[in-house]
Amino acid sequence: MTMPSSVAKVMEGPSGHKPQHLSPARIGLYAFLVIAALFFLLPLYVMIVTSLKSMPEIRQGNIFAFPQVWTGEAWVQAWSTACTGLECGGISVGFWNSVKILIPSMIMSIFISSLTGYALSFWRVKGANVLFAILLLGAFIPYQVFIYPLVLIYRSVGVYSTLPCIIITHTVFGLPVLTLLFRNYYSSLPMELFKAARVDGAGLWQIFFRLMIPMSIPILVVAGILQVTGIWNDFLFGVVFAGRENFPMTVQLNNIVNSTQGEKLYNVNMAATILTALVPLIVYFGSGRWFVRGITAGAVKG
Amino acid sequence: MSTPQTAAGTIAGTVAGTAATRKKRHLSAYVALFPAFIIVLLAYVVTVVWNIWISFTDSKVLPVNIFVGTKQYERLFTTARWLLSLQNVVVFGILFIAGCLILGFLLAVALDQKVRFENTFRTIFLYPFAMSFIVTGLVWQWIMNPTLGLQRVADSIGFTWFRFDWIVQSDLALYVIVLAGIWQSSGLVMAIMLAGLRGVDRELWKATRIDGIPTWRVYLHIVIPILRPTIITASVLLAIAVVRVYELVLATTGGGPGISTEVPGKFIMDYLFGRGNIGLATSASTVMFITVVILVTPWLYYEYFRDKPRGN
Repeated sequence: MTMPSSVAKVMEGPSGHKPQHLSPARIGLYAFLVIAALFFLLPLYVMIVTSLKSMPEIRQGNIFAFPQVWTGEAWVQAWSTACTGLECGGISVGFWNSVKILIPSMIMSIFISSLTGYALSFWRVKGANVLFAILLLGAFIPYQVFIYPLVLIYRSVGVYSTLPCIIITHTVFGLPVLTLLFRNYYSSLPMELFKAARVDGAGLWQIFFRLMIPMSIPILVVAGILQVTGIWNDFLFGVVFAGRENFPMTVQLNNIVNSTQGEKLYNVNMAATILTALVPLIVYFGSGRWFVRGITAGAVKG
Repeated sequence: MSTPQTAAGTIAGTVAGTAATRKKRHLSAYVALFPAFIIVLLAYVVTVVWNIWISFTDSKVLPVNIFVGTKQYERLFTTARWLLSLQNVVVFGILFIAGCLILGFLLAVALDQKVRFENTFRTIFLYPFAMSFIVTGLVWQWIMNPTLGLQRVADSIGFTWFRFDWIVQSDLALYVIVLAGIWQSSGLVMAIMLAGLRGVDRELWKATRIDGIPTWRVYLHIVIPILRPTIITASVLLAIAVVRVYELVLATTGGGPGISTEVPGKFIMDYLFGRGNIGLATSASTVMFITVVILVTPWLYYEYFRDKPRGN
C-alpha cells in the first residue's frame, strides 16, 4: 500500500469548512478511505446477508449476493433452538448467563478499582508503590500464567465452576486497567479540593463517597463501557471458571458453531454470531467518543 | 522516588493535624486498599510463584510436589508442537504489529486531512475492536472458507489465478489469522495515532508550509519522530495481544490444519485442560511470563516511575 500523497490544506484555525477543490490527491485520499471502509465493513455485510438467507440459497449462491428471499428464520433458530451438542436452547441461554455474569462483575470491579485508584492518588500508604507496580505489570501478563494456580485456589475454597467464581475472576483481572484509569483521573484533579475537604475535617471515606464519586461520573462511564465490552467479549475466563451451566455467550457461540453434526447451518451460525456481538456493538455505537476515551485512556495521556 | 502518590502524600501530610489523626487516616487508607492488596497478593503474586513452582515438579494430570529440576523445560524445548508455536507467534507478531501500525497510521493520517464524514469513517474503522476475538475469528473463517467464501466467489466468476483457500493450507493458514487480527486491531492503532496527531502543534504545520516542505516529508521526518512515544505505546499494546493470542486462533483455525497454526497461548490452554500435562503447560506459561516481563518492564518504568512533577 502506498501513502496517499495528499497535499492537504493546512489547518488554519477553527474557521469551519474550507471549500476544497478536488485535486487528484484529494480523490486518492477519499479512494483510500472508501476502500479501507469496505474492507472493514465487508465481514459485517457478509454476516448480515447470510443470516437472512435460507440454507438452499447459501448452498448455491455466493456469500456477497443479496438474499433473493429474505427470511428471519435463522435468527429465531439461533436465539432459541440452536444446539451446542449437549442442549438445544439456542444462544439465548448464553445471553442470560452473560447478563448474570456482567452485572455483578461490573459493579464489584468498578467499586474496588475506583477505591484503589483514589487511595493511591491521595493517601500515603506504605507499600503503595509496590502494589501499583505489581498491578501495572499484572495488566500485561498473559492470563495463561495465572489460570492454573487460580483453579487450584478456587477448588480449595470450593467455589470452582460457579457464578461467584467467574465474578471474582473478572473483578481480579479488571483491577489493573481500571485502577490505572481511576488513578490517572484522580491525579488530574486539583489537590486543593482534597486539601479543602481535609481542612473541613472530612475523612477518607467521606471524601471518597461525597466528593470523589460525584466528580468521577465521566470516568465511571468510561470504566463502565470498558467493562461491559471486556466482560461480554471474554471467552477464556468463561470457559475455565464459569462452569457448564453458566457458560457466557461467547462460549455458547463457539460450541454452537463448532459442534454441528452434519451440515453446517451457516445462516444460523452467523445470526448467532451477530447476536453475540450485538451488546458490545450497541454500547460502541451508542457511546462513540467515550469508547475511544476508554481504550486510549491507558495508552495516551492527556 | 518522587512519584505522584508520594507527592500527594507529602501535601496531605502537610495538612496533617495531630499524630492521632494521622494514625487514623493511615488506618482507613489501609482498609481502603485492603481488597486490592489481597487480590494482588493472591491472584498476582501467589499464582505466579505457584505456577513457576509447578513447572519444576513432575506434575502430569494432577499437580504433585516432586521436584524434578528443569526436566519439564527440557521436554518443552524438544516438543515440536511448542517450537512450532513459538515460530508461529514470532511470524504472526511481526506481521500483525507491522500491519496494524502501518494501516492504523495511514488511516489516522488520512482522517487528519480534514475529510468529510470523518466521524463515520472513524466509527467504521474502530467497530471491529468492540467485538470479541471469537466473533472476529469465526467471521474470517467463513470468508476464507473455500466452499463458501471468497474462493467460491472467485471460482464462479472464472477468476482462478489467485487462490483464497489459505485457511486449508498449512503453510498459509497463519496469514488468515494475521489478516483477521489486523482487521480487528488496526482501528485501535488509528484511534491512538489520531489522538497523537491532534496533539501536534498547528504552528508546526504553518511553519513547514511556509518553508514549502511537501506534506509527506513533514509526516515522515517531523511528525513520526514527534509521535514516537505514541508509536511505542501502540506497539507495546499490540505486542501484549500477540503474546496472549489464543481466542483468535481457536475461532479462526482451531490451530489447524493439523497443528500448523498452533500458538503458545493455545498450547498452554490445551495442555492444561485438554491433554492433562500440567508440568509442561506451566513451564510453557513461565517462559511466557519471563518474556512479557522482559518486554514490558523498561517501558513501564519509563512511563510511570521516572521522576515527574505532578501536573494539575
